[in-house]
Order: sequence, then C-alpha cells, then structure tokens
Amino acid sequence: MLPLADISTNIGSLPLKNPTMLASGIMDEDAGSMKRIIKCGAGAIVTKSIGLQPREGYPNPTLIELEYGILNAMGLPNPGIDEFGEEILQLKKSKTPIIGSIYGANAKEFIELGQKMEDYGVSAIELNLSCPHAKKYGLEVGYDPKLIQIITSSVKVNVKIPVFVKLSPNVTNISEIAKAAESGNADTIVAINSVKAMKIDLDLKRPILSNKIGGYSGRAIKPIGVRCVYEIAEHVDIPIIGVGGILSGEDAIEYMMAGASAIQIGAGVYYRELDIFKKIKKEIEQWMDKHSYKKISDIVGVAHL
Amino acid sequence: MNIPKITKILEVKNEAKDIKTITFNYPERVDPGQFFMIWIPGVDEIPMSVSSIDKDVKGITFRKVGDATSALYKLKKEDRIGIRGPYGNGFELQGNHILFVGGGTGVATLAPAVKYVVKNKSSATVIIGAKTKNELFFEDRLKKCGVTILISTDDGSKGFKGSATDLAQDILKKENFDSVLTCGPEVMMKILLDSTTIPFQASLERYMKCAIGLCGQCCIGEGLRVCIDGPIFDGKTLKNIQDFGIFRRDSAGRKVRF
Repeated sequence: MLPLADISTNIGSLPLKNPTMLASGIMDEDAGSMKRIIKCGAGAIVTKSIGLQPREGYPNPTLIELEYGILNAMGLPNPGIDEFGEEILQLKKSKTPIIGSIYGANAKEFIELGQKMEDYGVSAIELNLSCPHAKKYGLEVGYDPKLIQIITSSVKVNVKIPVFVKLSPNVTNISEIAKAAESGNADTIVAINSVKAMKIDLDLKRPILSNKIGGYSGRAIKPIGVRCVYEIAEHVDIPIIGVGGILSGEDAIEYMMAGASAIQIGAGVYYRELDIFKKIKKEIEQWMDKHSYKKISDIVGVAHL
Repeated sequence: MNIPKITKILEVKNEAKDIKTITFNYPERVDPGQFFMIWIPGVDEIPMSVSSIDKDVKGITFRKVGDATSALYKLKKEDRIGIRGPYGNGFELQGNHILFVGGGTGVATLAPAVKYVVKNKSSATVIIGAKTKNELFFEDRLKKCGVTILISTDDGSKGFKGSATDLAQDILKKENFDSVLTCGPEVMMKILLDSTTIPFQASLERYMKCAIGLCGQCCIGEGLRVCIDGPIFDGKTLKNIQDFGIFRRDSAGRKVRF
C-alpha cells in the first residue's frame, strides 16, 4: 500500500522532498561522495565544514567507536574554500539542496566564506559555530551569544540565501545562544553538534584520540539533542533542524515532536549503512500512517505542553 | 568494536632495505587483501595490509617512508601498538591460473592471497617488481609456496630490466591466465588495467582517517570508500573511476596528482 503521509517539509523558505539531511562531516568533502548520498535518498546535503585555507586536520587516531556512540576529533580537515568550489560546481545539476557548511575565526572570515559558497550555487549556508575540538574555531567562537549575533547578522547582510546556525550542546545557555542567532536574523537553528568527550586507553594510560578531546555522537547523545531542540523551540520562532543520535524513523519523530522541522544524520551512516536515508524516510511514513498524521508540520513541536 | 586493541609486537624481521615485517597476536579471521589500522601511540594511526595470516598470528610488512612508518620501523619486540580491523573487502580468489603483479611493497599485500590460491590447488605466477635488487623481498617465502616467481628491477640489477607492468605485459602475451591481481604504484596498476581484458583486481591505497566509512577521506569515483567498498576493486569498477591512476587526495582533501 502506498503511504498516505506526505513527508515533504519546509525549512523556512527552503522546501525539502523529505526531512532527512546528511549532517556536516560525513562523506561530504567531494562531489562524488555527495552524489552517492543523494542517490541514497537524502533530502539535503550539508557539506564538510570549509574554511578559508586548506587544513589537514589532526593526526590519527581521529575517530573511534565506543559502546554507545562514535568519538571523533578530525580537526576540521578541508581543502579550503577556493579548491572546494570545484566540488560544488559538479553538483550544479542536482535537484537536492546542497548546504555549504563554513567555519571561521571571526565575522570577516565567515562573510568571505559565505559569499563564496553563495557564488558556487549552494541553497543555504550553515555556520559551524560549534565544533568542539578546533582551537580558534567552532565552539571557541560559538559559546558567546554576542559573537553569535554579530557573526550571524554580518553574514546575513552579505548573502541572499538562507543562513543556518549550528549550535553546540557544550554550553549552559543554548536557548540564549539560539535567541542571539535569531536576533542576528538567522533563518534556522541546527542543534546539536557533538558532545565534548574523551576515551582513555587503560593499557597505555593515555587518551586515544590524538587531540585527546573529541566530540561524541550517535545513540548516547540523542536525549541531549532532543532536550536542546525542545528548549530552543520554547525560545525562538525560526525553524529548527534536529541532529544527534538519529538512527531510526522514531528517533526522527521524537526530534520533530521536540520542535524540529527536519533532521540530520551523521553517525547513523555507520550504524545503518548509507541507505539509512531511505530507511528512515520509510519508517517516518509508516509511523505517520499508523498514527494518522498526514504531514510533517502536524508533528513539529507537539510535545510542547 | 572499532577501537584500537593494544598488543605487543611478537617479532620484527628485516626483509630488505628499509623494509620490515612486524607480527602480533590477532586471533580474529583476516582474509587476504584486508587491512588493519595500526596505531603507533603518540605518532599516528595508519592503514596497513595484512602480509601474513596464521591462525593466531598476523603480520604487516612496510617500507620506512613517512613519520608513521619511520616510527613503526624503530619499534622492537615487546613494544606496544594498537590494532583495529580487519577492514575492507579482500580479494575474490577464483580461477585456476592466476597472475600476481606486485610493485614495491605491493607484494606484501599479495602474499597471503598467493598462499591461499596455492592451498586451493590453483597455480600462480608472481611478478615481484622493485626499483633495485636490494629492495626485493618475499622471493624465498613465495618460492616455498610452489609458485613461479619472476623478478623485475627498474635498473636491471636482478631479473627483467623494467617495471613489473612491462614484464606482466610480456607474460600476458605468452600465457593464458584466468585473472590478474595487482598491488603497487597506482600509475603502474592503471597501465596494467588498460593493457588487459581478463578479470582484474587491484588493491588501492588512500590516505585514511576513520576506516569505517564515515569521514569520506578515502572516497574515489562516485563515493566509493576505499576502506569499506575496497581496498580491492575489480577492473570494471576501476574503468569507471576517473581518478584511478590520475590523482589521490591529501589529508586536507586536496587533489594531488600521482
């Protein structure tokens, strides 16, 4: 039987055929990989976070599996915005929206990156203000509401495409930070980035990751993500994209009930293979049919009592 | 779980100039063509093909080329390394008469496959190619398997003068094989692929980070992950990969020509 539910969704002015997006950092550093993920059913792709200059990232080990999730500190490896243009241009014919993730140390860098991404033809920009393990970047910029507001508004006045702001759970005031992004005219909040964490090897008596501290993702962080999205939804009026430990359709529905209009998948690619996008789409449809929901917007935020 | 297991080095063996084999306890099943992530604590973690497979003991063979392999080269018996894996698909070992073409340290990747096909009553010819005589290794070990060994050196200091590919092209004209399995410099493997129509498999090497198909660092063509979809690719797949033999990506994801 054909599903009755319509799983298309809108992130503000950006329509998506389905709410499953590829999270930044997974199989999204080159055009070929992104093409493969599009074929696997993703409703949108967020690119690797790109900076002004090429960056090699940290030495390995950069990623390990723990009992309930994945711990990584890649260190923002990327070819730099100028070389990355070639990858985006190869995706020009894609009907699936490509969202360019960028990281910078200050508003000036974010503006230049945002303008270049817009020139390459991306559908939106995601500001990485939340990477938990890179000195001078990410969370080191994104813990401060004032800085978030300045960076967001600076990018906003310099580009025409929607601007998403990706936030970290490693703060005590995520809703205040989300409000700062909203007051900087952000179009969408993306929550959450990975959770700061560490793994020590008992035999060697040392942290395994070369950067010592990494970001934890996967199953273990879903309750943290759901809580963050819920809190943010209570404080802002702009759309939210939920991310963190989504491995199934029911996980996605839970984030939607908390207030997310779409969701992103990262570590899930490891747990359920590349076609996790197709799998989750089907599971969302089945859940909606079973519970007589006809469209995504009817689910978004229903858990706010 | 994909996390390094700490183990002590059982044995270190000098194979040739700048080339060593390290063995360690690793009772899990490992197939020819698969690889490990080898963690040298405080230095790096790098992918390395299995070069010997016994029930409990596995080995890797490598050349001292960069920081990680130089650090590994200095390690001694009883020193500790971290190991995770095995990763990747491994070779498809079919056919009655197989040609193996190993260039440089590539022969280390092929050796377990050679042993396997001989055990399964197939016959094999193995070309071992190196720049010069004192960089050749595994000749004796493979001879003991009972296969035909052919040597090539770029400078002609031993065996055929020229590349392993040149020699392979000669042999393929004279003899019928059911398939060709190769590991070595990618440009060499591409020339070999372009010059033959028989079933072909090549083991590819790419800079790797996660090795579990997430980070995208080792992707080639349309999102083929060398860590999971490879490292062994067949000829048909490789013919559709435009980057094969042309460029790889560095740790920042920039294209670098071979």
